[in-house]
Amino acid sequence: MKPPRFEYHAPSTVDETCALLASLEDAKVLAGGQSLMPLLNFRLARPAHLVDINRIGGLDRIYERDRGVAVQALARQAAVEDSELVASVCPLLSAAVRLVAHRVIRNRGTVCGSIAHADPASELPAVLLALGGHVVARSKRGERKIEAGGLFAGVFETSIAPDELLVEAWFPKSPKPFAIFEESRRHGDFALAGVVRAGDTLALFGVAPTPVLADAKDPSRGLQPSSDLEATPEFRLHLVRALTLKAFAA
Amino acid sequence: MTTRWFGERVQRAEDDRLLRGKGRFTDDIDDGALESVLVRSPYAHARIRSIEVGAARMLPGVFAVYTAKDLPFGETDLPILIPHPNLTHGRTQRCLASEVVRYAGEAVAFVVAESRAIAEDAAELVDVDYEPLPVVITPEAAARADHLVHDDVPGNVAAEMVQEKGNVAAALESAPRRKRFHFRYERGAASPMEARAVWARWSDDERKLTVYDSTQSPTSIRGGLAVLFGLPESQVEVIAPDVGGGFGPKIMLFYPDELLVPYAAVHLGRPVKWTEDRQEHFTAVNQERGQVHEVEVGYDDEGHVLALDDDFIHDGGAYTPYGIILPIITAGQVPGPYRVPNYRVRFRDMYTNATPTSPYRGAGRPHACFVMERTLDAIAADIGIDRAEVRRRNLIQPDEFPYDVGVGWQDGNTVVYDSGNYPKLLETALEKLGPRPAGENIGMGLGMYVEGTGVGPYEGAHVQVLVSGKVVAATGIPSQGQAHATVWAQVVADELGVDVRDVEVTGGDTRRFPWGVGTFASRGAVTAGNAMHVAARMVADKAKKIAADHLEADPADLELAGGAVRVKGSPQRGIPLAAVAVLSNPVRYAFGGGTEAATQFTPRARPGPPLADGEEPGLEATGYFSPAGSAWASGCHAAWLRIDPKTYRLEILKYVVVHDCGKVINPMVVEGQIEGGVAQGIGGAFYERLAYDSDGQLRNASFMEFLMPYSTEIPQIEIEHIETPSPLNPLGVKGVGEAGVIPVGAVIASGIEDALGIPITEMPLSPLKLYELSTSASTSTSTR
Amino acid sequence: MRINGFDHYPPQDARRLLSDYLRHDVGLTGTHVGCEHGVCGCCTILLNGAPVRSCLMLAVQAEGHEVTTIEGLAPDGEPLHAVQQAFHECHGLQCGFCTPGFVMSVVGLLAQHPHPTDEEIDEGIAGNLCRCTGYASIRRAVRRAAELSR
Repeated sequence: MKPPRFEYHAPSTVDETCALLASLEDAKVLAGGQSLMPLLNFRLARPAHLVDINRIGGLDRIYERDRGVAVQALARQAAVEDSELVASVCPLLSAAVRLVAHRVIRNRGTVCGSIAHADPASELPAVLLALGGHVVARSKRGERKIEAGGLFAGVFETSIAPDELLVEAWFPKSPKPFAIFEESRRHGDFALAGVVRAGDTLALFGVAPTPVLADAKDPSRGLQPSSDLEATPEFRLHLVRALTLKAFAA
Repeated sequence: MTTRWFGERVQRAEDDRLLRGKGRFTDDIDDGALESVLVRSPYAHARIRSIEVGAARMLPGVFAVYTAKDLPFGETDLPILIPHPNLTHGRTQRCLASEVVRYAGEAVAFVVAESRAIAEDAAELVDVDYEPLPVVITPEAAARADHLVHDDVPGNVAAEMVQEKGNVAAALESAPRRKRFHFRYERGAASPMEARAVWARWSDDERKLTVYDSTQSPTSIRGGLAVLFGLPESQVEVIAPDVGGGFGPKIMLFYPDELLVPYAAVHLGRPVKWTEDRQEHFTAVNQERGQVHEVEVGYDDEGHVLALDDDFIHDGGAYTPYGIILPIITAGQVPGPYRVPNYRVRFRDMYTNATPTSPYRGAGRPHACFVMERTLDAIAADIGIDRAEVRRRNLIQPDEFPYDVGVGWQDGNTVVYDSGNYPKLLETALEKLGPRPAGENIGMGLGMYVEGTGVGPYEGAHVQVLVSGKVVAATGIPSQGQAHATVWAQVVADELGVDVRDVEVTGGDTRRFPWGVGTFASRGAVTAGNAMHVAARMVADKAKKIAADHLEADPADLELAGGAVRVKGSPQRGIPLAAVAVLSNPVRYAFGGGTEAATQFTPRARPGPPLADGEEPGLEATGYFSPAGSAWASGCHAAWLRIDPKTYRLEILKYVVVHDCGKVINPMVVEGQIEGGVAQGIGGAFYERLAYDSDGQLRNASFMEFLMPYSTEIPQIEIEHIETPSPLNPLGVKGVGEAGVIPVGAVIASGIEDALGIPITEMPLSPLKLYELSTSASTSTSTR
Repeated sequence: MRINGFDHYPPQDARRLLSDYLRHDVGLTGTHVGCEHGVCGCCTILLNGAPVRSCLMLAVQAEGHEVTTIEGLAPDGEPLHAVQQAFHECHGLQCGFCTPGFVMSVVGLLAQHPHPTDEEIDEGIAGNLCRCTGYASIRRAVRRAAELSR
């Protein structure tokens, strides 16, 4: 379980990073590494180039913007968890980030990394979707805003292009009431199924290839969840209905 | 005998260096060692058409790539560790497979390189052409025998054994009530936090092979390597340094790496090491617990068991390196602490295309316990009595020992319980558990067990008092965290009348003690603990004899206390143990450390030669202990648990353990063993499973998917000790290493059945399994 | 990179994991490797004072940062750090393989919550696996460490 060979790059600016991403074939961005490094150690990921963005200065800010909170690419999940700004503007994000793995993982893992990784069972993409947030992607071609609704394309897939760097995620102020509930086998594991409530909006995770918006009155309608060792499609739908009731009872 | 240290919560001697990061685990040893990787079969069953290693050998940084044909022992089947007459079709693998692979993970080539990363690069270049063969993956499929794991083993049956006490057919026929059950237990994995590792060096100058191995049995590995390499045992040293948990599967003779690493070290003339990674650990290391039981019980209207018939198949895996010890233990332990006047048990040990099996903490017992406890719960439900009451009515009583169960035991004797007080275990546990908590979906789990511990044949110990007055002690068996260095020191310190901190213990290092068997089967305290006691007492006797000369006293009037040998009743008349150690060795040259007192030119009271006939120099002794039979530990676990009716999440509200391991040497250590065992049991009952698919692929070979519990899944456990000394050893101890885990599956099943009102007949469980059982129970029209 | 207060030469190979670099290049073998996919926590170290998994970092990434390993908590000859002492007193370790990772996680936990509640304790140690203790003694050790740290 040692990583395969790759060429390592450690740019110190976003522009330099974008230049690398534009010129390199088969490059992968390394941020917190809490998902990518296991894949490398298992040799399940074999990028020719690894672009480590951790040397970029000033890309770890968490700041208020447009009545919401912006989280930059290198802001660690633990920093978001501890942020008073996040707690006051978007307490849903504070609550959600505490469900991501464990503190030691969150000390290194990034919010933007979780979103870019787009694990269908992951909390933060669903939070972004429920709130109607967006991400900002930068490339040599320029900067663009991608709304959460158009970001998640499939299992571990987003609409971020290979030459683009996700520089920031923006979460609107969380409406009231809000809630996030998930069912996982062990504390900190990826969810078998989960629900995010932001006001009257409901987003689900773990039950489709991407996080999805759903109708709170009939949350499982149209869903065709996948099956794995810990949950069948039927059990996932059962859980999602139970968790939705819980979220909307609050 | 003073009992100053025995029974005390002495803090551990091991901790300081482990806490400072100064432990020494096998992978910590380097000395410029080359690193290595095993190329393993991705198929569960396949014929090997060819193995092409040219490209791997050409990779820069690679030192060697071995296949079976490169090895002098490449055509030799590895040994069967414990042969048995009923094992009529025993089969073992070869070090590296060259013709057929029979489980995914079986080794086919061995790569040595300057780093593990390069070795892994090279392993990817080894090109093996496989022709897939049909796969047999469950014990049921093995019994159907549509396909064979070994062409020459008809029906996939490695062994069959039938035992009967009384007349089961007649007793069932005449029983007022009868019930049949189908119980299924799946495979589990020990998963110690340190995977396996081996490091070896060959010294041409000394013609000596030195091996560090994370094994639970270095003495056996040494014996085996000496045979294989044609060396006298004195030229082979095997050391199990700090070992990061064992739980059973770290004993084999051999895992392929245990031969390949020493072989490569000799062949290449460089130290070589192999450190298993977590992914390969999941399929390369032995597993256990897969069994399917067909049970019929006959009982009367009061719930007394009259007859039990158990016919089970055991998932042996692809080979039988460990013989049939597991199903023998199961067969012997099904009746547990209960009277079963008529008992028939038949087992078949089945080959499957999965990793071989060997004992994992509990070793055949959790499934045996599950069978009996589930059966009793069903009897209680049938006749409408309390589940504690049905146990009360069937328990063996304290005046019935020794109690002969009437079937065979793993040591070749029959199962004879030496001592115990089973009713007291039950009543104490119920009292500690207390009343049913308020709330819905709450169930009571209850389970009792016995455990034959401390099997022979023997262990030994060497104890020596140094001229400094400090004591060193050594035994052949290694520790994987059981605090041997502390508890042996307690035993020795008591006999020698010294402070426990003045006794330094070494285990698992054949340079210090070359004889012995290993750490397994809850046998350390019984075998090595008593050997320590024997050896220390021999040293004490010798010290008295020497001191008697010096003090002009009768040895019978002397005692060892306060670091001295002194006259009983007049403690001021004595001689320090350090001085006795000096006097024990009559020397020619005084070389310091008080030795001037012992030169042959010192005027002596005693006539005759300095070393009299039959005397040996040194205040030291080697002693052995060989038990006449197993010491039978026992216990009762009881729990309140809750199942969330929506998510089927398990919440353990209270968990109580009352156990009897005879005399307790160190309660703190024993509680640690119990707490850890229960946690491992909870993991195996509700979180962990080995998910093989129909192709024989393990689908969850990572800690992300093999769900070992974190602290958030494990409750606090309340423990009470009951001491019924074993009459079969001087210390009166029984083993405790496995006790915690044995009844947990039965307890969780019992509690969940009570909470949800659905029959539980299988292990492990999960929220998904409970959802499916509940859904099918509520939609089913059957009257089950 | 600075490790336990001393400067060390940078790693030669970009794919060298920080855990392997510490163990095999620097010789600090107290940091253990249990899974190499970030779940078990045996390899936990402090990076600039915060606990992280050293198996999920490349050694080159630690360049210019402050690394503390288990060996750095209580230098040779000095008394045990409060967390180490508490693990000793409470029998919070058996085989000792997971122990350095637990100790480093608990150092981080107590920095964040000097007086942790029972729930914070479980949360704080729930990223580390132990197969020997069943966690009961580790929970006691965390409470004791909080006392000793006062």
